Amino acid sequence: MVDIAALWISGHLAEKIRAHGAETYPHECCGALLGRDSSAVLQSDRGTGVPAREILQLFPLVNRRDDSPRNRFSVTPEDVLAAGKAAREQGLEVVGWYHSHPDHPARPSEYDRDHAWPWYSYIIVSVQNGAPQDMTSWRLNDDRAEFSPEGIEIRHRAAV
Amino acid sequence: MPVKVMIPSPLRPYAGKRDSAEFSARTVGEALGHLTAEFGDLRKHLFTEDGKLRSFVNVYVNDEDIRYLAKENTPTKDGDTISIIPSIAGGCI
Repeated sequence: MVDIAALWISGHLAEKIRAHGAETYPHECCGALLGRDSSAVLQSDRGTGVPAREILQLFPLVNRRDDSPRNRFSVTPEDVLAAGKAAREQGLEVVGWYHSHPDHPARPSEYDRDHAWPWYSYIIVSVQNGAPQDMTSWRLNDDRAEFSPEGIEIRHRAAV
Repeated sequence: MPVKVMIPSPLRPYAGKRDSAEFSARTVGEALGHLTAEFGDLRKHLFTEDGKLRSFVNVYVNDEDIRYLAKENTPTKDGDTISIIPSIAGGCI
């Protein structure tokens, strides 16, 4: 079994991601996750340490894929730089990205994997018939062959 | 003064946690070649198996996207900064 890293997020921000997915339905939404890697290390089921990462702000973005927004999203390098600037101004960094899967499960597609960067957390929210459902998070493995799931923990207040 | 290559956060774990590296290079391609020679684990995240830059990897010399210059043959001079900027894409199918 793969060790699952933990992603901490407040209920408020989790709800904002779900609402963004509902708002743009049937198109995909997208945005940046601003936060930091925590110094805390959690014990996994196997007794080994896994790092925790906390999301403290969102930076919602416009899906730039005008040609196929129902099943694709795109964030331009200019948007990536803008998200990075917003993060730095708050003493944070861009630690990942979120997007929705309209009428599809909250699992990364082959297309997601092919275009993913390592290290980033990728949150996916499934939106079925306009209503947000499951939300999951993933990290690309070092060999790019697949994603590993990352457990989402809803916290009232992030702890470092 | 050599060329400075800025390494984005997602690639730093594959580059000894460094945020930049400096090389003597006459072109962008040469600088990226030195970078991936020094940090071999970076190669698969920057290049496809046939050696082309991945489509979501954007490279800038100072503030200019090399796609609008001479791509990897874009010349560099001492003191230039090469930035690797991600673009992010995905989708449900």
